[in-house]
Amino acid sequence: MIDELEEIAQREQEAARQFPHTINVCVAAGCLSNRGDKVLEALQGEVKARGLEGRCRARGVGCMGLCCQGPLVAVVSGGRPTMYQTVTPEDAPALVDSLEGEPVRRLLLPTDQPFFSRQTKIVLENSGAIDPERIEDYVAAGGYSSLFKVLAMMSPTEVIDEVHRSGLRGRGGAGYPTGLKWSTVAKASGENKFVICNADEGDPGAFMDRSVLESDPHRVLEGMAIAAYAVGAKYGYIYVRAEYPLAIKRLEKALRQANQMGALGRRVGRMTFDFSVDLRLGAGAFVCGEETALIASIEGKRGQPRARPPYPAERGLWGHSTLINNVETFANIPSIIRHGGAWLASIGTEKSKGTKVFALAGRIKNTGLIEVPMGIRLRDIIYDIGGGVVGDGRFKAVQTGGPSGGCIPAPFLDMPVDYESLAEVVSIMGSGGMIVLDDTSSMVDVARYFMEFSMSESCGKCVPCRVGTVQMHGLLTKIARGEGTAGDVALLEELSDMVRNTSLCGLGIAAPNPVLSTLKHFRNEYDALLKG
Amino acid sequence: MPVISGSVAPPTDDKRWRLVDGAMRRCGYRASALIEVLHAAQSAFGFLDKDSLRYVARALRAPLSAVYGVATFYHYFAMKPPGEHTCVVCTGTACHVNGAQKLLAAVKERFGLAPGETSADGQISLLQAHCVGSCGLAPVAVLDRELLGRLSADRLADRLSGWRRAS
Amino acid sequence: MPQEVRIRTLTIDGRPVGAREGETILQVARENGIAIPTLCHLDGLGPIGACRMCLVEIAGSRRLLPACVTPVAEGMEVKTDSERLRKYRRMVLEFLFSERNHICSVCVSNGHCELQSFAQQHGVTSVRVPYLHPRLEVDATHRRFVVDHNRCILCTRCVRVCDEIEGAHTWDVMARGWQSRVITDLAQEWGTSESCTSCGKCVHVCPTGALFEKDKSVAEMVKRRQFLPYLKQMREPRE
Repeated sequence: MIDELEEIAQREQEAARQFPHTINVCVAAGCLSNRGDKVLEALQGEVKARGLEGRCRARGVGCMGLCCQGPLVAVVSGGRPTMYQTVTPEDAPALVDSLEGEPVRRLLLPTDQPFFSRQTKIVLENSGAIDPERIEDYVAAGGYSSLFKVLAMMSPTEVIDEVHRSGLRGRGGAGYPTGLKWSTVAKASGENKFVICNADEGDPGAFMDRSVLESDPHRVLEGMAIAAYAVGAKYGYIYVRAEYPLAIKRLEKALRQANQMGALGRRVGRMTFDFSVDLRLGAGAFVCGEETALIASIEGKRGQPRARPPYPAERGLWGHSTLINNVETFANIPSIIRHGGAWLASIGTEKSKGTKVFALAGRIKNTGLIEVPMGIRLRDIIYDIGGGVVGDGRFKAVQTGGPSGGCIPAPFLDMPVDYESLAEVVSIMGSGGMIVLDDTSSMVDVARYFMEFSMSESCGKCVPCRVGTVQMHGLLTKIARGEGTAGDVALLEELSDMVRNTSLCGLGIAAPNPVLSTLKHFRNEYDALLKG
Repeated sequence: MPVISGSVAPPTDDKRWRLVDGAMRRCGYRASALIEVLHAAQSAFGFLDKDSLRYVARALRAPLSAVYGVATFYHYFAMKPPGEHTCVVCTGTACHVNGAQKLLAAVKERFGLAPGETSADGQISLLQAHCVGSCGLAPVAVLDRELLGRLSADRLADRLSGWRRAS
Repeated sequence: MPQEVRIRTLTIDGRPVGAREGETILQVARENGIAIPTLCHLDGLGPIGACRMCLVEIAGSRRLLPACVTPVAEGMEVKTDSERLRKYRRMVLEFLFSERNHICSVCVSNGHCELQSFAQQHGVTSVRVPYLHPRLEVDATHRRFVVDHNRCILCTRCVRVCDEIEGAHTWDVMARGWQSRVITDLAQEWGTSESCTSCGKCVHVCPTGALFEKDKSVAEMVKRRQFLPYLKQMREPRE
């Protein structure tokens, strides 16, 4: 099977060599909404009209990162890419002219800027470089070789050891060690185990998983299959938001292709390993990002979490031992197998290994998707990569972790980005949303905004979260309106403490975080709004 | 599959029930497939009414109250028919700090619509979403599946007025 | 019952106690005469750990755990009472009082209400958070029973007894968060429910005046639940 993969890869590379030029057009969601698809059509039309089909191919690829400058186009000639920004369909003739001449200066996007040069790409290595709708592209980039290597040469224990060695921690938010999770499921008894990929990316301001699924879906499938082999599972589910139609479409296509090629399904790689994967659509409930709620949802029920223990590793889907990791976690796996756990562990900090994908948004110049080594300073992300605050505003805070996270003010900009450091300043790594706030934002309003979110997403099962979020939201609204008293702030703190310590699941436990972090770092803004 | 399930006939002879039947057949009339079947019913009819829910409950042999409980738990499912056109204003964090509330205020002022409402003439439904994942283009709205980025209140209002005029 | 029962030893409030493996902290505490307050829990119904009244402290764990669903473990040191736990329990009760309209003086269950008696036991004399004052309906369309959503605390005992014991699954919960509401069938009037057998079990397990029988005086509105453990036992498969 490995030979066959190499054959496909060679054939693809051969074919690619026949084209002196390749034009890559981003057709991930951000650029698509800026008519990236029309740009692609126009370029393909232009190439054809000039009879250049034999020398140049124009194709859709995944996200290139700098969403705010989309649609993005990369013209690759002789292996060297030239990048263009804000391309319109009308630019097609000029771009095709440039194949044999000078680059189109007015559209040039310099790639030596820190936005590109300071990134380290593992999860996103193929994003923007391959056609996400062709499995052959993925294979040509080395795809599925990790899976077949694992099946042919490694025992499940060896795979888990490698993941252990990498120091990889869950990228969904809490940062639980992935190797430990895998070994718990591997040790659990039972014939029918499940592997679930949590793609219910719900944090407002986060689009990392969406981008990975739209740009490189096979990477996630390969990670899941390796996990399934390691823990002894035969069935997998991807639980993906219904609000991501493009990601769903590409996943469906990827599943069909992988089944056809023998990378999924019965007797994967002609070995005695079966693994079939199904898609399940979420239906607009943030709480389903919570493991036990996600399981309830796949079982067709209201997405309400249940008390843990027992953890899904012992009793999960349909009562069977279940491994749940998120998209980015699985997307790391093929690289860990290819380069070894020690390689990943050499990137990042002592306790936070590897890279993290962040979605940069808010009042920042370069919005988009980035992947950086753990331990990078916040300042480097915001000012170097992000280009600083947009417009005339002044930096006030960066919000990480969405409704479960907090706001980090300027004095902490030099801290390293890792799980522990973020927790120390009353925020969390979260799934990777990073939203820059400037002085036009009131921090009380930001806290109120997130509480409104938690309130409307609370499942209603446990009393502290169901009622507490409503009460805290009421107090925040009152304070934001200038009608609050010092007593209201004290009560708000008391409710925050109670909700965080008594709620049933992560949603309620973390719901007070935006309040606690803004109270800690921006108490003056609360005080300024108080009556009397 | 189960005779009991197959014996339940759709409430009307509307051809769109075939889509729902197909979804149920594909998953073997398992009650655990409820959410998938509701997705199929909503994409066939645009929303879920009590006839659909009753039919799905019978066919999957699920309790009526459980089906209703699931359908109303998930906000993706609409229990009312949508307007001719749908405008979804994103209120994710990036959009919030870039003026999403101004967009909603403009729609309220010019069209008298609050999120979740449909205009009296049935032309426009206004919805809000907690992040559509296009934060790089904030603030955004999705108008009949077309995503508009870096949106101003005026441009949004113009587009909605366009729907009105076209009708 | 399997012949071999594994025994676990632990301490509850400093008292060494023995337990069978798989038992919950709540079961063991009650067997030993140690009271832990519960609202959503009811012997004979599946536990859900939702009301958080039964949270206890476990040595070595940062998290407070619900006694009703947490299985005992060897060497566990459980604390069922502390200033912190009492404070949180009072706040849970305050939250419930603020959420809907619990005005005991005009309630049919005045004097027989679990929420009311907990408030008395836990010294909840005032509610410091604002009352939310929702205006909810009272459905009296059923021939014998009434549901008053203003008194409901969403403990879902009615849902569970109807599903687990009666087998009708007439009740469930609609919507989510603070908008949650118990419903019959397709959120229709109870009197029109196709699945309700009018057995009345839901009424008798309801801890408050949310579900009550028509034509009964306040003095007569005593809920009887002796049937529950018995029925549960009778419904278990026997050899």
